[in-house]
Amino acid sequence: MLLSAENLAVSYGNIKALHGINFEVDEGEIVCIIGANGAGKSTTLWAISRLVDAEEGTSMTFAGKNLLDFPPEKVVSELGISHAPEGRRLFDNLTVKENLHLATFARKDGPEIKRDLDRVFSIFPRLEERISQKAGTLSGGEQQMLAVGRALMSARRMMLLDEPSMGLAPLLMKDVFDALRDINKEGTTILLVEQNARMALNFSQRGYVLESGSIVLEGNSSDLLVDPEVKKAYLGG
Amino acid sequence: MQLQSFFQQIVNALQLGSFYALIALGYSMVYGVLMLFNFAHGDVFMVGSYIGFFVSAGLLALAKTGILPLADNVMLGLVLVLTLFITMLLTSFVGMLIERIGYRPLRNAPRASAAITGLMIGIILETGNLAILGPTRLSFPALIESVSYDIGGVLVTNKKMVIVFVSIFLTLALHQFVRRTKWGMAMRAMAFDFVVVPLMGISINKIALLTFALGSALAAAAGILFGVAYPVLDPYMGILFGWKAFVAAILGGRGSILGASLAGFMLGFIEIFVAAIFPSTMRDLIAFSIILIILTFRPHGFFGEPYSAQLRL
Ligand SMILES: Nc1ncnc2c1ncn2[C@@H]1O[C@H](COP(=O)(O)OP(=O)(O)O)[C@@H](O)[C@H]1O
Ligand SMILES: [Mg+2]
Repeated sequence: MLLSAENLAVSYGNIKALHGINFEVDEGEIVCIIGANGAGKSTTLWAISRLVDAEEGTSMTFAGKNLLDFPPEKVVSELGISHAPEGRRLFDNLTVKENLHLATFARKDGPEIKRDLDRVFSIFPRLEERISQKAGTLSGGEQQMLAVGRALMSARRMMLLDEPSMGLAPLLMKDVFDALRDINKEGTTILLVEQNARMALNFSQRGYVLESGSIVLEGNSSDLLVDPEVKKAYLGG
Repeated sequence: MQLQSFFQQIVNALQLGSFYALIALGYSMVYGVLMLFNFAHGDVFMVGSYIGFFVSAGLLALAKTGILPLADNVMLGLVLVLTLFITMLLTSFVGMLIERIGYRPLRNAPRASAAITGLMIGIILETGNLAILGPTRLSFPALIESVSYDIGGVLVTNKKMVIVFVSIFLTLALHQFVRRTKWGMAMRAMAFDFVVVPLMGISINKIALLTFALGSALAAAAGILFGVAYPVLDPYMGILFGWKAFVAAILGGRGSILGASLAGFMLGFIEIFVAAIFPSTMRDLIAFSIILIILTFRPHGFFGEPYSAQLRL
C-alpha cells in the first residue's frame, strides 16, 4: 500500500470538514473520491499535502513513512507527491516555462528534468507553442494543461488531482484524461477528486464517496457506477 | 532658477534618491513576497550604517598596519568595497533574524499584529543601540577622499558619483536576480499566490529569509553610502528615511523593483526641487502633498505586480 489514511479529521475553526475518514491507495492505482460541493474532497487533498493540519488521532502513511512528519514542501520534494489544486492556481505572472521549471525547484536530477519537460510537451504540444507566454494569458483549456503538466514535473510517485475536468470542453477533457491514463501506465499513482462523478468513476479503478466529511460508500468504480444510491445522488438517476 | 543651479539640484536629487531607492527596495520586496509591511526596515538601514562604521573602522586600522603594499587611494577603494560587501552580508543576517524571531511566529496572524511587531522591533533596535553605544553620535570614517569636478559650473563630487552608481548597480543586480534565477522565480511566485508555493517543493520559510536578507543587504548599502555622504550617525536616523522609503515603495507599486527604485529617485527629485523653490520648512509638506495627489490617481502605484484574488486554500 502506497498511501493510507486512518481517522483523518480536519477542522477549519469551528467547521468540521472531515470526520475521521479512512482510505488507501495502492501503488500504480487510479483512485477517485467523489462527492458534492463542500463534501470535503479538496480538504482531503490539502491534508495529504500537509497544507492544512490534521487533527489529533489522525494517522497517515506514505510508502511506510509517517506523512505527518513532513512539512508541505518535503511532501513534494522527498516523498514525490504532487498536487494539482482546485482552480489550477497557476502563477499567472510567470511564463509557461517558468511555471514548469518552478515545480522542479527542489529536484537535482538535471537530465531527468529535461526528459520530463519533453514528456510534458509531447503530451501537450500546445504548451510548447506558448512557452514564453504568461500563464495568465492562456485559455482555460491551456491553463488546465499547464496545471497537469506542472504536477507532472514534480511528481515522482503520486499525483493528487483536484477537479481537473473543471471548465474544460468535452473534447479537451478527453485529451487531458487520456494523457493522465498514459502517465499512470508509466507508473505514477493517481488520486483524483471530482464532482463529475461519472467521468471520475469511468477513469478510475476504485472510488470513495464522500458526504459531509464522511466516507459513506467505497468500492470498485465499475460497481459504484451501477450502484443505485450513487446513480440517484451523483449520476443523475 | 538658473540652468546651472537646475543641474546642481539634479545632482543633489540623484544622491538623495539613491538612498530612498535602496531602502525602498527592501520594503517593496517584503511587501510583495510576504504581504507584510516591515516597519523595522528603516532601522535596519540604521543598523547597517552602524555595522558599516565598525567594519570600515576595523578595515582602516588593518590597512594602516600596511599588510598590503598598495597605494593609499587604491587601499581606500578596497576598504570601501570590502566594507560594502562585509556589511551587506552581516546586515542580511540581522534581517533574517528579524524574520525568524519577529515575523515567522505571526505568519498566520492578522496583518495588523505583524505591522505593530515591525514597529516594536524598530524601537528595540533604536533603543538597543542607545543602550549599547550610548548617546554620543559616531562619525563615519572617510572612505572616499573627496574630489570635486566642476562641469560647466555644476559641482559634482566623486562621492556623489559613487553613491548614485552603487545604488543603480545594486538595483539592476537585484532586478536580474529576481528575473533570472530560480530563487527569484520563487519570490515572484510567492508574490502572486504564496499559498500554493509549497506544492512546488519550495519552503516558504526559506523564501521569506531570502527576501529579508536581500532587502536588509540593500538597506545596509544605503547605510554605508549615507555614512559616506553625511558622516554623523545616530540611532534614530532610520525613522524619517524609513518612512519616506516606505512611501516610495508604495508609490512604485507592490513588489516592483524598478518601480520602487524609480519612485525613490522621484521622491528625491520632488524634495530637492521643492526645497529649491519654496522655503525649506515647507519641503515635506509640499512634497508629500504631491505624492498624495499621485496616489489618488494611481492607487496601486506605478507598476504593482498582480496577485491572485484567491489567497486561501
Ligand atoms: N479555508 C477554509 N476556511 C474555512 N472553511 C473551509 C475552508 N475550506 C473549506 N472549508 C469548508 O470545509 C468544507 C469542505 O470543503 P472542501 O474540502 O473545499 O469541499 P469540496 O472540495 O468537496 O467541495 C466546506 O464546508 C467548506 O465550506
Ligand atoms: Mg473542492
